[in-house]
Amino acid sequence: MSIFVDDDTRVVVQGITGGEGKFHAGQMIEYGTNVVAGAVPGKGGQEVHGVPVYDTVDEAVAAEDADASVVFVPPAFAADAVFESLDTDLDLAVAITEGIPTQDMAKVNKRLGETDTRLLGPNCPGIITPGEAKLGILPGNIFSEGNVGLVSRSGTLTYQVVDNLTERGIGQTTAIGIGGDPIIGTSFVDALEAFEADPDTDAVVMCGEIGGEDEEQAARFIGEYMDTPVAGFIAGRTAPPGKRMGHAGAIVSGSGTGTAQSKIDALNDAGVPVGDTPEEVADHVEEFL
Amino acid sequence: MKLHEYQAKSLFADAGIPVPDSRLATSVDEALDAVDEIGYPAAIKAQVHVGGRGKAGGIKIATDREEAARYADEILGMDLKGYTVDRVLVEAGVDFVDELYVGVTMDRGEGKPVLMVSTEGGVNIEEVAEENPDAIAREHVDPAFGLHPYQARKVVYEAGVDADVALDVASILSTLYDLYESNDASEIEVNPVMITSDRDVVAADGVMNIDEDALFRQPELEAMAEASYEDDLERKAGEYGFDYVRLSGNVGIIGNGAGLVMTTLDLVDYYGGAPANFLDIGGGAKAERVTQALDMVFSDDNVDAVVFNIFGGITRGDEVAKGINEALAQFDEIPKKVVVRLAGTNAEEGMEILNTDLVEVEKTLEDAVQRAVKNADEVTQ
Repeated sequence: MSIFVDDDTRVVVQGITGGEGKFHAGQMIEYGTNVVAGAVPGKGGQEVHGVPVYDTVDEAVAAEDADASVVFVPPAFAADAVFESLDTDLDLAVAITEGIPTQDMAKVNKRLGETDTRLLGPNCPGIITPGEAKLGILPGNIFSEGNVGLVSRSGTLTYQVVDNLTERGIGQTTAIGIGGDPIIGTSFVDALEAFEADPDTDAVVMCGEIGGEDEEQAARFIGEYMDTPVAGFIAGRTAPPGKRMGHAGAIVSGSGTGTAQSKIDALNDAGVPVGDTPEEVADHVEEFL
Repeated sequence: MKLHEYQAKSLFADAGIPVPDSRLATSVDEALDAVDEIGYPAAIKAQVHVGGRGKAGGIKIATDREEAARYADEILGMDLKGYTVDRVLVEAGVDFVDELYVGVTMDRGEGKPVLMVSTEGGVNIEEVAEENPDAIAREHVDPAFGLHPYQARKVVYEAGVDADVALDVASILSTLYDLYESNDASEIEVNPVMITSDRDVVAADGVMNIDEDALFRQPELEAMAEASYEDDLERKAGEYGFDYVRLSGNVGIIGNGAGLVMTTLDLVDYYGGAPANFLDIGGGAKAERVTQALDMVFSDDNVDAVVFNIFGGITRGDEVAKGINEALAQFDEIPKKVVVRLAGTNAEEGMEILNTDLVEVEKTLEDAVQRAVKNADEVTQ
């Protein structure tokens, strides 16, 4: 089992004819992902990696029965591309694009509440169910099949923690990057809820970072609703207030909200051990299993 | 991207929000010309991108020409929290009886813009939010519909603004929301909105920050951007297009991906060292980026040792290794010890390529950080 994606997921890649879209569509196919279509306005009728390209997501769904999309569209047009996915009633849209204006995302977020589509991202590395499907830019070779779920706001930090797990022979059910922007679709709580419901996920790793209050909300959710054990990691303990640490969302506000300490405290209060190093996170997971 | 007070106020004035009469001055003479036109009292206000200017001595009220000259001279050229003041706003003093706080920002948790109004204006609103959150009235705006005018009125009345000026304040708030939306602002704040003894309402300050991700469709605002860096290194990072933050320690850090770079900083601290910077070279970095990144940390006099940590997804370890070799080959003597750790895509190839005469190599993140901390300690001893 897994959450959100598996080998039945039928993927349409929005922006498949662009540099990033083309490269990563190839990588996804190579990994074994069921990429059934591309969607690029004005490029209908072409083929990329043997995959038919359509002018609209609607056509791609009608012709190829796609049920998930991955968005590799430049920031100026990405919100529009996400709306297209939402309005086509796909089950899942994964927005990889970094740099979508926040006010665009507020509008997307509003629509999201009116549809049944799940949005992952934006500004995220995507999602992978090892051995079945990868939607996004995660390097497939570092993941392995197993019983640990992983959810993270950061891409490379995810790879680091997966590496620490893999070193010990601990594989993953599904790994999810939810993205580093201030407004995102799937939250920690959404992912944790799905992992809790997945019978094959025996433990969960949650990697948060400074900024916002998503980790605090996740901690409350874990404390109240989860039986599956969770190990945590929080990046940005040494970040000074008021400075944006790379991600648009990774900023400790002047009033002191969003600090690493408040997140670590909240997780500890919910019974979640938080590793001081990625290695320690793997130690905690090993103890759970 | 931050706008200066004078830039924000000029947008306010164009949109019909009442602001005090003012002039921008870059010299004492210009400041005196300005007060001659405006009259007294006049506020002399440093135009720099830092909060708390008043407390730091960057805002003074002059009641005569001699004071105006003295204050302008004091403020122009002063160092305000690391920024040098090169211009002041000379502004007509307002005879006020009350101060309000009015703002529009994005509520991340709700994913919606929020209007905020408080009768406790003129002080640090973040302290008010902490100590007396009920003193700030809030109203969320549906981003798809935009602001309904009643919402501005509702939040103003809820905040307890005096009835005789409430509609004027609501009108200012409505206009601020329009500006927020049309300029892709991330935040607009007027603190204080002053109520004069004649019961007029005036925007006496203006904070406006623009979403940098939206600058592609805000060319006029982009033109207003004044790169203001705390030091030459931040300027250089801006030119190279790196995400860079300077810190006070002596272990230089280069990595890829915000979360992993932050983690590397945290580990340096955890192992008893002190991080000198946050430097994210981003995804897919090749030789030139690597050279630029090394140039950044080598030009930082605070840096005694460097840790270079790459986890390749899109970024390829062999490309990074080539870049490191090329960059370091330019030196007769490597200025600072560099510990490299490569993992992920093509990491093994990269490790083989790395010239170990030039760099030290570690296999794990933890080991690499500990070695760099030790290297830095050896320099300082």
